[in-house]
Amino acid sequence: MPPEKDEKAVHARRFDFSGLFFNALLPLAGMLVALLIGAIMLLILKVNPLTAYAQMVNGAFGSVSGITQTLVKATPLLLVGLGICIAFRASVINIGGEGQIIVGALAATWFPLTFRTWPGWLLIPSTLLVGFAAGAVWGFIPGILKARLKVNEILTTVMMNAVGLQLMNLLVRSVLMDPAVIVSGTYLAQSERLPEQAWLVRLVPKTLLNTGSLIAVALAIVVYIFLWRTTIGYRIRAVGFNAEAARFSGINVPFNQALSLTLAGGFAGIAGAIEVMGVQHRLLEGITSGYGFSGIVAALFGGLHPLGTIPASILFGALLVGGDKMQRAVQVPNSLIDAILGLVVLFVVGSALWSRRWAAHRQMAAAKNQEEQA
Amino acid sequence: MFKRLIVVMVLLALLVTACAKPTPTAPVTPFRIAVVMPSAITDMAFSQSMWNALLAVQKEMGGEAVVELKYSENMFKVPDAATAIRDYASQGFDVVIAHGSQYGTSVQEIAPDFPAVTFAWGTDVNTFGMPNVYAYTAAAEEGGYVNGVLAAMLTKSKTIGVTGPVEVGDAKTYIDGFVQGVAAVDPTITVSKTWTGSFSDVALMTEAAKTHIAAGADILTGSSQSVVGSIGAAKDNGKVLWFGTQQDQASLAPELVVASQVYDWTGMVKEIIAQRKAGTLGGKTYTLQLKNDGLKISFNPAYTLAADVKAAGDKAIKDIIAGTVTVTP
Amino acid sequence: MNDVFQLSVIAGILTSAIRLATPYLYAAIGEAFSQRSGVLNLGVDGIMLISAYASFYVVLHTNSIWLGLLAAIVVGLLMGLLMSFVSVTLKAEQGISGIGLYMFGLGLSSLLFKITIGTVKTVTGFQPVKIPLLGNIPVIGNIFFNHSLLVYGAFLLVPVAWWIMEKTTWGLRIKSVGQNPAAADSLGVNVDRVRYVSVCIGAMLAGIAGASLSISLLNLFQDNLTAGQGFIAVALVYFGGWKPVGILWGALLFSTVNAFQLWMQVLGVKIPSDVAIMLPYLLTIAALAVTINRVRQPAALNKPFERGES
Repeated sequence: MPPEKDEKAVHARRFDFSGLFFNALLPLAGMLVALLIGAIMLLILKVNPLTAYAQMVNGAFGSVSGITQTLVKATPLLLVGLGICIAFRASVINIGGEGQIIVGALAATWFPLTFRTWPGWLLIPSTLLVGFAAGAVWGFIPGILKARLKVNEILTTVMMNAVGLQLMNLLVRSVLMDPAVIVSGTYLAQSERLPEQAWLVRLVPKTLLNTGSLIAVALAIVVYIFLWRTTIGYRIRAVGFNAEAARFSGINVPFNQALSLTLAGGFAGIAGAIEVMGVQHRLLEGITSGYGFSGIVAALFGGLHPLGTIPASILFGALLVGGDKMQRAVQVPNSLIDAILGLVVLFVVGSALWSRRWAAHRQMAAAKNQEEQA
Repeated sequence: MFKRLIVVMVLLALLVTACAKPTPTAPVTPFRIAVVMPSAITDMAFSQSMWNALLAVQKEMGGEAVVELKYSENMFKVPDAATAIRDYASQGFDVVIAHGSQYGTSVQEIAPDFPAVTFAWGTDVNTFGMPNVYAYTAAAEEGGYVNGVLAAMLTKSKTIGVTGPVEVGDAKTYIDGFVQGVAAVDPTITVSKTWTGSFSDVALMTEAAKTHIAAGADILTGSSQSVVGSIGAAKDNGKVLWFGTQQDQASLAPELVVASQVYDWTGMVKEIIAQRKAGTLGGKTYTLQLKNDGLKISFNPAYTLAADVKAAGDKAIKDIIAGTVTVTP
Repeated sequence: MNDVFQLSVIAGILTSAIRLATPYLYAAIGEAFSQRSGVLNLGVDGIMLISAYASFYVVLHTNSIWLGLLAAIVVGLLMGLLMSFVSVTLKAEQGISGIGLYMFGLGLSSLLFKITIGTVKTVTGFQPVKIPLLGNIPVIGNIFFNHSLLVYGAFLLVPVAWWIMEKTTWGLRIKSVGQNPAAADSLGVNVDRVRYVSVCIGAMLAGIAGASLSISLLNLFQDNLTAGQGFIAVALVYFGGWKPVGILWGALLFSTVNAFQLWMQVLGVKIPSDVAIMLPYLLTIAALAVTINRVRQPAALNKPFERGES
């Protein structure tokens, strides 16, 4: 083999490695820059940033309560993130996580309350499925609009968020309202408590950690297998990598884009279902807590890889839990945490994708060179 | 040599533990109260009323060294509030106040896990039968009635507008009382109500208020932190009068705010502290009323109120306290 | 229900609708400039919030409404530069960087409000100005010609924006960069610079939208003052087919629905507020599905441009 070609091949492989390197390191670097700016803001508030951040770490990892909270927060982030991995690999952007979580939660509330006599081994899996289905529908609608009518999915998913939210408000304040609050006259916006057979088992007593987290990790492995070891998964990735080339090789691009949005919605729906079944045991306002958006960030942190999203969502969950803890400890306004998180998103997104495109670009160039050599 | 190494190691260990525990332990353990609230402590309404009370009690009892206060605000998402409540409890706070009726189920789930902590939550009357839970509420309809009486005597257009957030809790009871107060003076006055569907959407509340004004209302009232929008609309108009609740809202429009029903939680907070020190951790219900000074009608000194109107208001207050007038929430 | 058709009620609804449409008009027309050049900016709501805070703060301390307006424009410009940097120079995924910008604007505005002002206060902002002669026409005068200057400005913006977009070289550049950046680039147009300018124009207009809330329509500032209006504005751009006139109809439709449901409540007609709030969003989706066949979005929208890449 001519030494030149060898060199180029090695060069390409070496580049691969540094690309991965960038994927993991640059987002973290971005996060650090954001935290640095946060430190400046803390100083302005006359708070010692070292104390504050120490409290943050302490809050997320320093106790059983903290660790379990981090994992509990990480679960919906992971699930939404898995959906984002699928969608993003097809170059489809799903901002509809909030709405999809909501309808998943709605379905997972209505179903057990309607079939409350079913035994647990039947009720739990079917409720999870119903949650998936509801979220999938919420993702399907923007998906089909994109596939058939080329409507931009960013806009439709955002709209569907608002519709989902109002739908939940409407139902939880009327049909689904807890009979107990009607009797007591408080008219709180919450549903009745789910029958106990529908509850997910708590893993650690006195905490909220439940089997839902294990389900999420299992699903991460499933998604990995799906994307890299099945034909459908391959097609979805091909569509995202180069839609024109995919179309050329006979892949139905619109169908796969719609499919990826539907699946993304389904996973977000499961996140909603698990929140209801494992954490809250009922549906109440605010159940999404912004997971629909932060799940996107978690997926980015994880390099859009299902297995990478696991540590990424734990990290992000730690940020959220630690941030709240920091707020309580040093009594900073929680809007500071929101601002810092916004900066984290900006910097991570600004760094990660740029490096990915650059790496992909160079990879393609290297591959082209190899072809020309042949 | 070895000895020096050990000294260094011990010093290092001390250093590490010192850095790992950023919070120093106070020499005297203060009485620790934490409060979780659904809106900002500066909301001019529900949350601020509790925070003001806590600050007042802290001052009265001797300051930060005696009473430690911690707060978490803007916890309008119940799951976040539940985390905060649980966290404060696990940190060993004496009293954890869950200041929002939507926190009830959270308190119900968390309180059994921390039997040594006193939980107080409102506005509601349900202590869930637990020995370490207090419940509190405000008979907002009482002040609503008084405001209604005053408003009915002051309105010239015989149309009064009410801007409400969501038809729940003390927003609902206040307005119910208000309507009864108006009817007691003059049943022909029209009171029209709008509900914006949100506690926080100020823009919508402003529009609601403007709509009432355009429809002929010359007096407005309402509840929740978004009423600042309604007060703003009244101010823009310049002639519309305002009746407030939960907080003294005179500062927002000194020429137009006639009176506000003020929630004064200090008596209740002091009693909870006293009870706890005496060994009772919960199990009681408190209701703020005109009778027990938990509710006060604060007349705005900057607004000149006609003597006969004020007299009618005072009479209504006396009647409610005496029980001659009953207001049904 | 008969009351609804009374003249005074209809007049009231229309007056409210015109007032309510103001922030949407500024923000959506601004976003149209940005999108026409190919950049999707979802951070509009965040820009509105931080500019609303800035203008409110300035008016609170200087009592000058014009300085307040200037503050909003400057802050909007700064946010626009940040967005351009991340989206155009760093070529980040625009949808997500927009969300990050939104979170940042939301958090920062709340934070600054808490530390510098603390409690909710009102200011005297832009007051309604009656246009002489026209304002005196019975009924119509009050509906259309008795609003604050910022409201008039929003409606004047429509023909101005149209003129810039259709009749100036700059507008042509913006459109070409949004349709085919590679071709524009080969003709010597600095794609990145055009995008920077249009994103910043959009951000400054979003800033004025924020000011219209805090120092004109509501005259106060509170946490999350906009309650998501910025996102609706972005939707209105699609609704209006990226044309100022279309956006005008969309904004009026939205605000009229809102004003309508408020009046219904005042008059005692029972509509669940949740249903009414849903309607505009459902309408938008329907409109998107229906109009997309006639209107094509800028071809390069949401695609960062890299020279050498097709």
